[in-house]
Amino acid sequence: MKLRIANGRVIDPASQIDGQHDILVADGKIVAIETAGTTSSDFTADTSIDAGGLIVCPGLIDLCARLREPGQEHTATVASETLAAVKGGITSLCIPPDTDPVIDNPAVTEYIEDKGKDAALSKLFTVGALTQNLEGKLLTEMAALKAAGCVGVGNAYTPLKSSLVQQRAMEYAASMGLTIFINAFDSSLQTKGCVHQGAISTRLGLNGIPETAETIAVARDLLLIEQTNVRAHFHQISTARAVEMIAMAQQKGLPVTADITPHHLHLAEHDVGNFDSLCHVIPPLRSIRDRDGLQQGLRNGIITAISSDHQPLDEDAKMGPFDETTPGISGLETLLPLTLRLVDDDLLTLSQAIACLTFNPASILGIDSGRINVNAPADICIFNPDAHTTCNPDRLLSAGKNTPFGGWLFNNEVTHTLINGKIVFQLTTGL
Amino acid sequence: MINNQLTDSGRLRHFLTIEGLKRPLLTEIMDHAEQFSSVSNQHVKKVPLLRGKTIVNLFFENSTRTRTTFELAAKRLSADVINLNISTSATAKGESLLDTLHNLEAMHSDMFVVRHSQSGAAEFIAQHVAPHVSVINAGDGCHAHPTQAMLDMFTIRRHKKHFPDLSVAIVGDILHSRVARSQIQALATLGVGEIRVIAPQTLLPSNPQSLGVHVFHDIEEGLKNVDVVITLRLQNERMQGALIPSSREYFDRYGLTQGKLKLAKPDAIVMHPGPINRGVEIASNVADGPQSVILEQVTHGIAIRMAIMSMTLGARAELQENRS
Repeated sequence: MKLRIANGRVIDPASQIDGQHDILVADGKIVAIETAGTTSSDFTADTSIDAGGLIVCPGLIDLCARLREPGQEHTATVASETLAAVKGGITSLCIPPDTDPVIDNPAVTEYIEDKGKDAALSKLFTVGALTQNLEGKLLTEMAALKAAGCVGVGNAYTPLKSSLVQQRAMEYAASMGLTIFINAFDSSLQTKGCVHQGAISTRLGLNGIPETAETIAVARDLLLIEQTNVRAHFHQISTARAVEMIAMAQQKGLPVTADITPHHLHLAEHDVGNFDSLCHVIPPLRSIRDRDGLQQGLRNGIITAISSDHQPLDEDAKMGPFDETTPGISGLETLLPLTLRLVDDDLLTLSQAIACLTFNPASILGIDSGRINVNAPADICIFNPDAHTTCNPDRLLSAGKNTPFGGWLFNNEVTHTLINGKIVFQLTTGL
Repeated sequence: MINNQLTDSGRLRHFLTIEGLKRPLLTEIMDHAEQFSSVSNQHVKKVPLLRGKTIVNLFFENSTRTRTTFELAAKRLSADVINLNISTSATAKGESLLDTLHNLEAMHSDMFVVRHSQSGAAEFIAQHVAPHVSVINAGDGCHAHPTQAMLDMFTIRRHKKHFPDLSVAIVGDILHSRVARSQIQALATLGVGEIRVIAPQTLLPSNPQSLGVHVFHDIEEGLKNVDVVITLRLQNERMQGALIPSSREYFDRYGLTQGKLKLAKPDAIVMHPGPINRGVEIASNVADGPQSVILEQVTHGIAIRMAIMSMTLGARAELQENRS
C-alpha cells in the first residue's frame, strides 16, 4: 500500500530535518522524503494523510514500560497497554525483565515476542535479566537471550548486593556485546522507604529514602563500568548528584548513558502533599534541587533520553495509607505531552525533545529506529502542536489510571501513529 | 491542603493533625478543656452533650491507655462507645482498610477515633467517611498524635501561663515520634519562645531545622535554663535497628536524672506522654519527683478529649451542669 503524508512539518533530529516535507511510504518503509508540494511522477499514493499544521516525527521509543504480561494479566495486558502506547505516539516499547516468569531464558523472550505478534499494537523489545530469576547470584545465559532478541540485560528493581556478582555480570555482558540496563539503588538504604528523605518525610512521618540510596549504587557501578568497559545505561535517575557523577564518567569517555522519567522532571517531594498516593513512586520524587539538576542534566546532554517507567496499577493499589499503596505511575499517554511541556518551559528545543524520545533511545537500545530516512520502517508519529486537551485519568486507554497529572492542560495531541506504514492509531475515529 | 479538618465556617470537623490549625482554635480547645476538667470532680461525672451519639474506637494498633481515656471522655459526654480492636478481626483476614470502614459506617456511627500504625491513615479514613461523620486521629504511624499534643499544651499552660516566654526541650526518639511532631507544631503555633530537640543524630529526622527547632546532641547543653522538659519513651526496637547501642548508654547520655534536671530552671516541669521506662529515658526519682507533672497529663487527657470530641461533633461549648 502506498501512502503519502502530506504537508506536515517533519522534524527528524537524527538527520537534522525540520521543515515542510511530504513523506512517501510503500511496503511498510519510507521510500522518499520530498519537499512539500512536489509530486513524484512515479509514486501514486493509494491513500494520504493531510498533515497540514501537524508535526511529523519518528515514532516514539519508550525505554521502560511494564505491560504486566506475563504474570499480572488481571492488572493490564500487552493488548491494553500497547493500545495506550500507540495513542501516545509510541511505536516501540522496551519491557524490563521483571515479568513473571522473569525474562531469564529464551523461552520467555519468545513468549513475549509471540504475544507481541498476536496482541501488540506497538513493537516490543525486551531487556533480559542479568542474573537467574533476578536473584543476584547466578548469571543468565546472556548469549542465548541476545540470540532470542533481547536488546540488553538488567536488574529491574531487584538489588545487586554483591559487588563481585555485579562485576562478573558486567564482564560477561561486555563479552557478549550486550548493554547492561541498571536501576541503581542500595537496598539497605532504600527498602523501608517510600518518599525522599528530606523535609517532607520529616513532616509526614514517612520512612525516607536518602539520596545516598541512589548515589552510592551509581558510584559503585560507575567504578565497575570503568573496570569492565561494559556499555551501561542507568534507568530513572532521580538525584542531581548522580547526574554529576555520570557527567564525570562521560567526560572520561566511559560508555554510560541515562534516562529520566517525566514525573521526575516535573514534580518534587512536596507534590506528595497530604499523603497523595498518586505521587508514591520509586525512585521517589526528590527535592527541588534534584529536579533542577535533572533538568540541567537533560539540557546539557548528560541525560539523553526520557522514558515513562510506565507502571499501570488498579485502583485498589493506590487506595490506602501512603506506605501501604503500591508505587508507580501510569505514563505512556503522558510521555509526549510532558516532554513537550519542557519545550514550553524553554528547557529543550523541540528537536532536542523529540530526539530524547526517538533517536537517542534507539541508539541506547542499539536498534535501527527512531529516525525518518529512506528505507527505514515507516514508524511515525504525527501530532497536533496546537491542540487543547486536559489530562483526564478516567479516559486513559491504559488499564492503569494512576497518574498524578490529572487536570494538567496540554497543548498537543497525537493524531496518527503508524507502524510499518500502517495506521495503528488515529485520533478522529479511534481505532 | 490541611483544611479538610475544618468546615467552611472554620469549625472543627475532624481532628487529624495540629498542622494547619490556628492559635485561636488551639486556645479554644484548651479553654473548653478547662471547663470539662471540673466534670471529673463531680459526683456524677457526666454531661449530656453527646447523648445519643455513637463513637467508635477504631484501634488498629494496641493501646489500652489511650483507648481508655477516649472511652472515658466519650462516656462522660454521655455518648455510646464501641471499642473495635481491629488487629484481631477482619483486617487480619485481609480485608482492606476501606472495606472495614464502609462496613462500620453501615452501622451509622457519628465518629471514629482511629489509631493506626501507618502515617496518613487518619487522613485516608477522613477522606472516605460519609459527610456527617467525624474522625479523630489517636495516632497514625510516626505522623501525628494531636490529642496528646493538646493535653501537653494544656498541662504547660496550667503551670506556665505564657507560651512566648518559654523554652521547651523534647528529649528522645524524635524520628519515630508522632507525639513529638505534633508537640512541635502545637508549640510553634502557640508562639513558644524556643523549641529544642535533644537526641543523637540517629534518633532525629533528616532536616530537623525544617521543623523550626534547635538541635542538641548533648543533653547538658540542651537542658540549660529550659522551662519544660518533655521526655519521650525509647522503644526496644531501636537497638535492633542499629540506632543506639544499648539502653544503658542511652540512659547515661540522654536519660533525665536529678542531676541533669538541675541544669534547667528551678521551677521547670517534667513531662512524659507515657508509658514511662524507668531507668531508660527517665530516672525513677525524677518521674516521681516534685517537678514531674506526668500523672496530671493523664487526667488532662480526658478533659482535652472531651473538648475535642464535643467541638468536632458540633456540640455547643456551654457546659450543662448536671447536679444530682
